[in-house]
Amino acid sequence: QEPQASGLPEYIKIVEVGPRDGLQNEKVIVPTDIKIELINQLSKTGLPAIEVTSFVSSKWVPQMADHKEVMRGIERHPGVQYPVLTPNLQGFHSAIAAGATEVSVFGTASESFSKMNINCSIEESIERFEEVTKSARSMNIPVRGYVSCALGCPYEGNVVPDKVAEVSKRLYSMGCYEISLGDTIGVGTPGSMKKMLEAVMKEIPLSALAVHCHDTYGQALANILTAMQMGVSVVDSSVAGLGGCPYAKGATGNVATEDVIYMLNGLGINTGVNLCAVMEAGNFICTALNKKTNSKVAQASFSTGTI
Amino acid sequence: ASGAYPKRVKVVEVGPRDGLQNEKNLVPTPVKINLINMLSETGLQVIEATSFVSPKWVPQMADHTEVLQGIKKSPGISYPVLTPNLRGFQAAVAAGAKEVSIFGAASELFTQKNINCSIEESLERFEEVMRAAKEASIPVRGYVSCVLGCPYEGKISAAKVAEVSKKMYSMGCYEISLGDTIGVGTPGSMREMLAVVMKEVPVGALAVHCHDTYGQALANILVALQMGVSVVDASVAGLGGCPYAQGASGNVATEDLVYMLNGLGIHTGVDLQKLMDTGTFICNALNRKTNSKVSQASCRL
Repeated sequence: QEPQASGLPEYIKIVEVGPRDGLQNEKVIVPTDIKIELINQLSKTGLPAIEVTSFVSSKWVPQMADHKEVMRGIERHPGVQYPVLTPNLQGFHSAIAAGATEVSVFGTASESFSKMNINCSIEESIERFEEVTKSARSMNIPVRGYVSCALGCPYEGNVVPDKVAEVSKRLYSMGCYEISLGDTIGVGTPGSMKKMLEAVMKEIPLSALAVHCHDTYGQALANILTAMQMGVSVVDSSVAGLGGCPYAKGATGNVATEDVIYMLNGLGINTGVNLCAVMEAGNFICTALNKKTNSKVAQASFSTGTI
Repeated sequence: ASGAYPKRVKVVEVGPRDGLQNEKNLVPTPVKINLINMLSETGLQVIEATSFVSPKWVPQMADHTEVLQGIKKSPGISYPVLTPNLRGFQAAVAAGAKEVSIFGAASELFTQKNINCSIEESLERFEEVMRAAKEASIPVRGYVSCVLGCPYEGKISAAKVAEVSKKMYSMGCYEISLGDTIGVGTPGSMREMLAVVMKEVPVGALAVHCHDTYGQALANILVALQMGVSVVDASVAGLGGCPYAQGASGNVATEDLVYMLNGLGIHTGVDLQKLMDTGTFICNALNRKTNSKVSQASCRL
């Protein structure tokens, strides 16, 4: 397979968000040692980046209450990044004290979502993030920026691509090295993905863009393919498709890492990730959570015994 | 890179045949008839109704004559039925069929295991059907299965797919539906296979029939659309598991396909809400959850 012949990147960096975004949206509270074991298993798969936890108040996100223990307890493999979420300066300091060497901030393209999610306007949230990025810069800590609701908002519905571009630009200008564009409720399709990326690409270099697609409407892989055809080369995903959608009861959320890798392998695109190892990590966490995997590849592979 | 998309896509609904055929529970005839009648109200132009195959082999389709005669046939909608051989064809026509389908494969082993003969022998059987169909002015749709992989042979060469497709097209099939039978294909293998087949069969006569067993269906369909294919098979509620991977999914869900096409501004004529309602109906009747993510997501409303 020649990825270049079809206009696709030769290499895709996969950012594994299962331990944070995934587990955060699972109902069952996962014991700390299980979280640590999951991350340790993921560290051995070849994944270049694994989002470990979130330094947010345990009042808001009980699942992430053990952030310090998880951060301190995991094995740190050379060549693997372990970013953590830091919603504000306090969380940032706490993360650094616990040993974090990369952090993420979470913006949004929707005012309503910002108010409902973090109780302030987009502008106010940006001010908070600026405090984080200023501190991070002084300590040489890279910061990744997320923009949620990039293709639609559970409250506002349609989101204008120019708004996504505007928020992305603010985050990028304040020093985020990468902007991950999130289809938070999975409503996007290849059509809206293309329009949104065209607007954002006017403000941000392609190499600094990532897509974070949710599979709530089954569109994730088609959307990711579209993004890659436009040159995006960083893709977020969650092992076993961990993490439901908090806005659509019973619906799925994150796209499964296994299914993304299966597609990339078939396209001849290099990821450095061992699919079987990811499936094993997925099997581990699903067994621990007593739930079925959301990965179709894992489902099919375990059924046919062809791992 | 991504090219332009077709302005319109014809969605071929295979739920009542391919879908139900791969469901464990036997569905009562009135439920099948109601399913097809509901589908006829959604805007779908082609609904594969049943299969005139021996009930010994496919018990789910034993009521083929009653179903075909019992459904409300809306004008402008085609209700093709599967006919594996001349006898099935004749029974289908006697029961009122106005369009039939024949099922070939790009894999020798699959053909052997599935219908107990070689590809060559199966094509000879089809010749008989084609001759009779031409005489009766009945259009015939050809399926080629295992186009992106075979449960027995593994890899399938694109050249073989093109060869079988060409033969069926030359025989007189008006359309060739290329099936990723076990869903192992990816956008890469889809592109490669289509590039070779399109040298032998005009793209206007091609359809894709993608299975979602590995979650690749919509991405594969997207690539097919980018290459000019404008006919896509799908199954309401994603009915029909995969007989080769226990518990795994099979057909791509029509709802999820239509959702994507709507988002791309591609015209299908299908009413997504009515389609979802039909999916809800058949899932209740089958006492199972839908395989459509769009349906699942919309459930909270």
